[in-house]
Amino acid sequence: MIPPIARLMFRHLLSGPATLKTRLAPNDAAVSELAARLEGAAKARLGRSLAIRAVDAGSCNGCELEIHAVNNPVYDLERFGLRFVASPRHADVLLVTGPVSANLAEALHRTWTATPDPKWVVAMGDCARDGGCFAGSYAVLGGVDKVVPVDLHIPGCPPTPLQLLTGLLALLDHAA
Amino acid sequence: MDASIALLDFLKIGQPVPDARPWPRFVLDGKSWRHMVERMEHCAWVLLAEWGEADAVHVLLRDEANGAIAIATRDCHDGRFFSVSLARPGAIRLERAIRDLCGLAPEGLEDHRHWLDHGRWSERRPLAATPQEAAKAAYSYRFLPAEGEGLHQIPVGPIHAGIIEPGHFRFHASGETVVRLEERLGYTHKGIAKLVMGKPIADAARIVARVSGDSTVAYSFAFARAVEAATGCEVPLRAVWLRALMAEIERVANHLFDIGAICNDAAFGIMLAHMGRLRERLLNANEHLFGHRLAMDRIVPGGVAVDVDDIALESLAYLLSNLRKRFERAVTLYDETPSLLDRTNGTGIVPSWIVHRFAAGGFVGRASSRGHDARRVPGYPPYDVLDFPIPVHSDGDVHARLMVRVEEVRASLDLIATLAADLPSGPVQADVPGKAGEGTALVESFRGEVAVWVRVDAEGRVLACHPHDPSWFQWPLLEGAVEGNIVADFPLCNKSFNCSYSGADL
Ligand code: SF4
Repeated sequence: MIPPIARLMFRHLLSGPATLKTRLAPNDAAVSELAARLEGAAKARLGRSLAIRAVDAGSCNGCELEIHAVNNPVYDLERFGLRFVASPRHADVLLVTGPVSANLAEALHRTWTATPDPKWVVAMGDCARDGGCFAGSYAVLGGVDKVVPVDLHIPGCPPTPLQLLTGLLALLDHAA
Repeated sequence: MDASIALLDFLKIGQPVPDARPWPRFVLDGKSWRHMVERMEHCAWVLLAEWGEADAVHVLLRDEANGAIAIATRDCHDGRFFSVSLARPGAIRLERAIRDLCGLAPEGLEDHRHWLDHGRWSERRPLAATPQEAAKAAYSYRFLPAEGEGLHQIPVGPIHAGIIEPGHFRFHASGETVVRLEERLGYTHKGIAKLVMGKPIADAARIVARVSGDSTVAYSFAFARAVEAATGCEVPLRAVWLRALMAEIERVANHLFDIGAICNDAAFGIMLAHMGRLRERLLNANEHLFGHRLAMDRIVPGGVAVDVDDIALESLAYLLSNLRKRFERAVTLYDETPSLLDRTNGTGIVPSWIVHRFAAGGFVGRASSRGHDARRVPGYPPYDVLDFPIPVHSDGDVHARLMVRVEEVRASLDLIATLAADLPSGPVQADVPGKAGEGTALVESFRGEVAVWVRVDAEGRVLACHPHDPSWFQWPLLEGAVEGNIVADFPLCNKSFNCSYSGADL
C-alpha cells in the first residue's frame, strides 16, 4: 500500500508550489523611514539573511495570527532569507506586537538587552505604534518605543501578511 | 431543606433590576448571597462568568435543569463578599482578579496571591471608586511548592520560544515527568474593563473586538447582541445570517490552524503546511467577502458593517467543495500515521468530572463528555433554525480534542454552505435606539462560550462592560492535564487546549 503521506507529497510535487507568485517589492514608506534611521550602517555584516524573534508585548493575538501566516507555504518568508528563531540571543531583529502592557515591559526590555548588536526593532501593528485603541489605559505603556528604540513601524490592525513581508523586505535591503 | 430548587425561584429572594435583558438580574444582600453559594453545592447551577464593579460583584448562572439564565448581584458597600470559589473552583482566579481590579475582598477564598496585578500598573485597584496609587515595586510571586527527592523546577516564560502569547509556566519535574505545573498569567492585561467605560458604543465595540484577536468575530457578535438586548434593537435578518457566516468561517479557520499546529508539535510539520494553505484560502475569502482577513469590526451593534456581493458568495461555494476535499485528505493522513497517533493518544488526559466541575466549554469540554454549545443552549439566531451536530468525545486526551475540532470543521463547512446559499435579502443594518439598559449575550466562539455583559445609557455610551473568555475555565484544567506527562509533551498538550492569554488577561 502507498502510505498516505507519500500520496500527499506526490500530489504537492505535481501541483507545484503554493507560494505566491507576485513579485514583492519593499514597502516604499518603510524604505524611507528606514533610510533615515540607518544610513547604510551595519550593511554587509549579515549577508542577505536576518533572524527574527517575535515578542508579544500584550497584543490581542491578532498580529500573531498574521505572523504565523507569513510562515505558511503561501507567503513563505524563509525564501527571502528571513526566519524566526527561538531565542533573542540568536536574533538580529525583534518583531514586537502589542501596546506594551505594563506587566510585560520589563520582559521586553530584557529580551532586547539579550539580543546581540547590531539589532533592529520592528513594531508591528497599530497598537505597537502608540497603543492603538488601548492607549491611555493604566495597564499599557502605549507603544514599543516607550521601552526600546524602534527602527520600523508596520501599520495595520493586524498588518496583512503582504504588509508584513514588504516591511521586512525593506529592512532586509537596508540592514543586510 | 429541599436541596434542589430552580435558579429563578431561588433568586426571587433578591430585588429584580429593571431594564436587564434578556435575562433577569437580581440584587442580593450578604445573607442571601451566602445562601446562594451554599445552595450551589447541591444545585446544578453552572457558573458562566463572575466579575466586579466598584461596589458590586456579579455572577452569571445557568440552571442545567431547565436552561434558565440569570445574573445575581451582591452589593458590596462593605467591600466584601462571600467567595463563590467554595462551591465552584472555576471562580478562584476570577475572584483573585476581582480583588486586584476592584479591591473587593472574597471571604473564604484561600488563595491570597495577586492574579492580574503584578505591581506594575500606574494605579492599583483601577475599578474601585477611588483607585490607589501605583505599587512601589513589582510584587514577587510565591509559586505553590512541590516537595520530594530529586524534584527540580523549570521556569518557562513569560517570553516563550515560539510565536505565542506571553505567560509564565512553572514546572516541578521528577526527571522527565511533570509533577506539578502552575501557570502565572496576566502579562497581557490591558485594562479593557476600564478603557470601555464612558466610551461611545462604536468605540467600545472596537475595543471588545480586540479582547482576543483569534475570536474577534465571536466577541463582536456577543458585544453587539448584548447592546441590542439592552437597547431593544431589532437586527435585520440578512445581518443575522451574515454574522453567523463570519462566525463559522472564523471557527473553521482557527480549527484548521490548531489541527496543523498540534501535529506540528508532534513533529509532523507537513500537516501545518497543508492546513496553513487551507486556512489561507478562508482568510482570503474573508477579505473578498467582508474586506478584512479576520473580519475584524465587521459585526457592529445593529447589524453588520458590510454587505456581501453575489460574486464573492459564488466563489465561496466553489472554494468550499475544494477545501472539503483537501481537508479530508489531511484527516486520512492523520488517521493513517501511527507514529503521530502514538503521540496524541493518551496524552494530556482531562477527566470528565473535572470538566464538569469547572464548566469548561469548547473542544476542551466536548472532548471530555461535556457536550455544551451556546449555539444550541441557550441558542441564538440564526442557529435556532439551523441544523448542526455537536460532536462529543469522552477520552479527554489530545487526540479527542483534535477529533472534536475535525468534526466541528465538517459541521461548520456545511453550515457555511447553507448560510451562503440561503442568505436572505434585505438591509444589513438598523439604528441602535438611544435607550438606557443592561444586556447580556452568550456566543459560541471556536474556543467555547464567550459572555458579554454591558450597561449603556440613553446617550449611547457604555457605562460598564465585562467580556468573559472561555479560557478562564480551561487554563486551570491544563495544569491538571499535564501532570504525569513528560515535559516534552507540554507543547502538545498546550496547543491542544490553545487557551487565549489575551482573552483571560483582559
Ligand atoms: S494591532 Fe490590532 S491585531 Fe495587532 S495586536 Fe493590536 S489590536 Fe491586535
